[in-house]
Amino acid sequence: MRTYHDLKDADRSGLPQQIGAQRRRVAERLAQVGRVIAVMSGKGGVGKSYVTAHLARALARSGKAVGVLDADLNGPTIPRLLEVPHAPRTTHADGVEPATGADGVKCISMAMLLEDGAPLAFRGPSAESFVWRGAMEASALRELLGDVTWGALDTLLLDLPPGMQRYAELCDILGAPPAVLTVTIPTAESGDAVRRAMRAAVERGSKLLGIVENMVGDEFPGSAGDDLAGEFGVPILARLPWRPTPDAWAGLAGRL
Amino acid sequence: MKFLCVDCDKQMAFEERQLPGDGTLAATFKCPTCGRVVAMLTNPMETQLVSSLGVEIGGRTVPAQPLETVRKMVATGREDAFDEGSEPRGHAAGSNGAPAWSADAQERLARVPNFVRGMVKRIYADYAKERGIAEITPAVMDTARAELGLEGM
Repeated sequence: MRTYHDLKDADRSGLPQQIGAQRRRVAERLAQVGRVIAVMSGKGGVGKSYVTAHLARALARSGKAVGVLDADLNGPTIPRLLEVPHAPRTTHADGVEPATGADGVKCISMAMLLEDGAPLAFRGPSAESFVWRGAMEASALRELLGDVTWGALDTLLLDLPPGMQRYAELCDILGAPPAVLTVTIPTAESGDAVRRAMRAAVERGSKLLGIVENMVGDEFPGSAGDDLAGEFGVPILARLPWRPTPDAWAGLAGRL
Repeated sequence: MKFLCVDCDKQMAFEERQLPGDGTLAATFKCPTCGRVVAMLTNPMETQLVSSLGVEIGGRTVPAQPLETVRKMVATGREDAFDEGSEPRGHAAGSNGAPAWSADAQERLARVPNFVRGMVKRIYADYAKERGIAEITPAVMDTARAELGLEGM
């Protein structure tokens, strides 16, 4: 009996073609984007979103066209950090307009689409929802990339949640691994988690742009930033204290 | 997923898709040689897995709408998340050829959750416009649903 790959007739469902069209839509949308940078850590609570938002603002103040995609679908925070008031997102046949936040940074986030205080919940059978929920979130991420009218951007920053799942989805959706900006705090615990994430990014083929060591000071002693920079041969782009000055953000933007 | 008629050693062709509304899906496939028809029946979890990929078994009958998966599948979306900027508005047909909506059709449309209403309205409007239908009525909506596989909208 013949098997799957032996059957070559045209298939009206065309599921591979539909998937291909989804990928092309993302590629066409991002063709106007100079660079896509994933801000990630592998460790929660190190300030990825905070760094993403303020880096975006600093880049915008330096004259760059910047967008931020809040890829933390379950814990979105970017609109608040970019001081975006709620307003309905204008929708056209071609896509959905992003919001414009502080310093002119364009952004999109699930926080703009969800009821206030509500978790991201999907319609569908609750039993064994783990089977499909990851795919659903990946589709949502794909749509936020490909269906938002970003326009021409110098930089699109993607604020990733902790862990590596969203990064892996992103690589598949983009068709190529994005450049990665890593955020850590100085502690050894953070270093352990971030190391795994950086290794996964390297193995996937991402270019590591460098490390932002956040929350530097007496509260979180350690040398995770230096350790990781040495191990992976990447620069430390910024060491940020608890209350970074605008100059600190400008410095980071200038080194990126 | 493909289907093979073992007797004829021929790939079966997709015929029809049905979404009964209980989360299941039925799709029929026919052997081009002997005419045998088989039905693929998926349970709600399997149907959901396909939906979560943003693809349509049987092929797309209407182009993907912006943020389609998010708007169709998110259960906790806010009522005023979207503003349909280029949507035709009002009862009368617009100068751009947009079809009118009968009162009954508008009433029915109003029952669609707000989070997804604009997208649904756009799909019906495009359907009517492409076929030269001047007014969208509940009957037109029923026909469109059947033809476009919009069960549940």
